[in-house]
Amino acid sequence: MKPFQYIKATDTATALFSAKKQKSHYVAGGTNQVDLMKDNINYPDTLIDITTAISKDITATDKGIIIGAMVRNSTIANDKTVKDNYPLLAKAILAGATPQIRNMASTGGNLLQRTRCPYFFDTALPCNKRKPGSGCSAIKGDNRMAAIIGTSAECIAVHPSDMCIALAALDATVQVTTKDGSKQSILFKDFHRLPGTTPNLDNNLPENALITGIKIPVNNFYKNFSYLKLRDRDSYAFALISVAAALDMNDETIKDARLASGGVAHKPWRWYEAEAFLKGKKATQANFAQAASIATKGTKGFEHNAFKIPMLKAAIEVALTNCITV
Amino acid sequence: MDKQITISFSRRWFLKGTSALTALALIPRSVKAFFGDIRDQVFSRKQTIPITININKKEYAVVADSRTTLLDLLRENLHLTGTKKGCDHGQCGACTVHIDGQRMLSCLTLAAMLPGKNVTTIEGLADGDELHPMQEAFLECDGFQCGYCTPGQIMSAVACVNEGHTNSVEEIKEFMSGNLCRCAAYNGITEAIQKVAKQ
Repeated sequence: MKPFQYIKATDTATALFSAKKQKSHYVAGGTNQVDLMKDNINYPDTLIDITTAISKDITATDKGIIIGAMVRNSTIANDKTVKDNYPLLAKAILAGATPQIRNMASTGGNLLQRTRCPYFFDTALPCNKRKPGSGCSAIKGDNRMAAIIGTSAECIAVHPSDMCIALAALDATVQVTTKDGSKQSILFKDFHRLPGTTPNLDNNLPENALITGIKIPVNNFYKNFSYLKLRDRDSYAFALISVAAALDMNDETIKDARLASGGVAHKPWRWYEAEAFLKGKKATQANFAQAASIATKGTKGFEHNAFKIPMLKAAIEVALTNCITV
Repeated sequence: MDKQITISFSRRWFLKGTSALTALALIPRSVKAFFGDIRDQVFSRKQTIPITININKKEYAVVADSRTTLLDLLRENLHLTGTKKGCDHGQCGACTVHIDGQRMLSCLTLAAMLPGKNVTTIEGLADGDELHPMQEAFLECDGFQCGYCTPGQIMSAVACVNEGHTNSVEEIKEFMSGNLCRCAAYNGITEAIQKVAKQ
């Protein structure tokens, strides 16, 4: 690890001021940042500890819930309001990582975690995300875990989060304080980016800005929901495919649907077309199968990950079925 | 005449001498600063910071490199070698300790971030010569073979019981998935946790 100056920021103003220094990075939970620093993927000159600078509170209002960016993942998953009103989020969080990591990892950090593509971590090999312009080793290499939608000729990496898949499905908003101190709200669907020609950029967070919280609007998706994660082992593995599904039911009819997936794209992916199809339809196997077909029609596999397409199709069907049966 | 020469010699000698001394005093400093600047461009300067930390109910004050992880601080600086370094990347759980009662990974925790926190390691679990019930249970249930992952397993197991995630074998396995055991003593570990959970 390269030497760095450690600064403890006690409020957002200090954190933002310290971030004006050359090559400064924030650290919160440390589960991704410290790991990347050990691998010389991140090598800040200044490391700003923001654990006491941003909110650790979960605030519920009649309009929704605001989760402070410093709230640890396990705190969200165990929070009563979250479990009662936003259980999909709790379920997705518990599908990710391990108890130790969830006890450390912050909400803001979860959004900003980097891909787990093996070439991103191997500093001896080209990777456009780590070193822009060096090339993508995954396109013709080990791409078993890679994306099947929204890829570019420069990058086929996937976003590794489970929590973000639920946040995408629940139409969350990311609350941000920019470097000049002004506050911004970024819709979750606009927060993460597709690789395009700039795969080094994971998201649209303005430079040096701080995520201060996540807002989830009140919704009716707390009764019929499911999170299905398919992976190489039962626990503690990144998703090959994950599906967050939620239905707002009116008797047998689907009033509204949410469908999002992890392990498929560079960003948490929403299946808008399939959601639109389900709206107003009956909750039947045939309709679920049709929705899954609509979702998967734009997918494209690479040499080692084409298996993900039928896997995704089945996963969507099962996830939707689980919404009304489990 | 002789006297005058002596004086002028002395005066010239004085001027030369003082200028040389001044130059000598200045040059190394500017040279040092010059190389210092270059070094700062090429290598970042190491930062050492004072860290006060409570480990196993004992206060420690150490000065450490800002890069020091809690794991390295425990093992290298404080010689508390019970906590083990497995992967050093948060993938194996061998370095699990409790920070303010929560199980966390000491390999991904920077020591600089810990002042004011209470850390418990495997060394702090027993009460004098009396083992913690989980330590007893691991012995009785054969919850290990080589023993390298055991301190992490035990710290995680104690937290697993405290959190109440012991309602079924499946639940225990799910909530112990962050601790790998290459000897695969998983059945013994699960049994030990069930035993303590019943107490």
